[in-house]
Amino acid sequence: MPVLASFICGLIFGAGLLISGMTDPQKVLGFLDLFGAWNATLAFVMAGAVAVAASGFAIARRRTAPTFSARFLWPDRNDIDAPLVGGAILFGIGWGLAGICPGPALVNLAGLSLPIVVFVAAMLAGMIGQNLFGKNLWRPRTMAPRAAETASLPSRADG
Amino acid sequence: MHDFTPISGFAGGALIGLAAALLMLLTGRIAGVTGIVGGLLQPDTADRGWRIAFILGLIAAPLIAALFGAPLPRPTMNGSLVVIAIAGLLVGFGTRMGNGCTSGHGVCGFARLSGRSIVATFIFMTAAIATVAIARHVIGG
Repeated sequence: MPVLASFICGLIFGAGLLISGMTDPQKVLGFLDLFGAWNATLAFVMAGAVAVAASGFAIARRRTAPTFSARFLWPDRNDIDAPLVGGAILFGIGWGLAGICPGPALVNLAGLSLPIVVFVAAMLAGMIGQNLFGKNLWRPRTMAPRAAETASLPSRADG
Repeated sequence: MHDFTPISGFAGGALIGLAAALLMLLTGRIAGVTGIVGGLLQPDTADRGWRIAFILGLIAAPLIAALFGAPLPRPTMNGSLVVIAIAGLLVGFGTRMGNGCTSGHGVCGFARLSGRSIVATFIFMTAAIATVAIARHVIGG
């Protein structure tokens, strides 16, 4: 059941991305182009998404457990660290270059156009590269004195 | 120039929020695409089923829409394949390093009022706006 529920959630998420126009990189780039012909659509998408998600999360907070699993896995980190900032900068540059982020990339994969296939392959390579090498790029320099503290931090992914 | 579509934008956004709410209410998980995909790419991940199912759902959405006559998504992308590959690498590496993307930090993080996610979202938005400004108005201008 959790797997079926997850599939249906992915389906609804994908439908939302398609209906909102966020699978179209030109529309996304239109929002990011503050100094050009600005297209505010993405702000309305975010408003709708955050409002409904926040309502659902408020209901979840009042429950003791999710329907199909043992417990809620809320992200449990509050610290703002170097990887959060550095990763967000790198992601932002890539997003600005292509107008595609991970969710729309996967929805667009259904069309199997060459640019999207190249983008998704590179994105997966980037993720694997970060899994393999990313942690060593910054920790020795910036976080070495606090290595033990960092290692003890809970590391449940934000997203 | 692409149309400004606030109503379908808000409606589609509401569906995205509904999916995030349902995933938490039903399975206890955060609907962050980076975390879902990235977890699959790590060898020590035990819970693969729900991750694969969510990704298949994302890909199935346009295929089901195509059954009802919608065209498959084949978007026009700017730049050469080399630029697109560099963009993909940066998106993949950066989202994993920063622990989230537009869905995990942007939608779910804002909905949880997570300071970490709100900071991350402002940073990646600013970096993306700066990148587009340079690409379109400095280099391309």
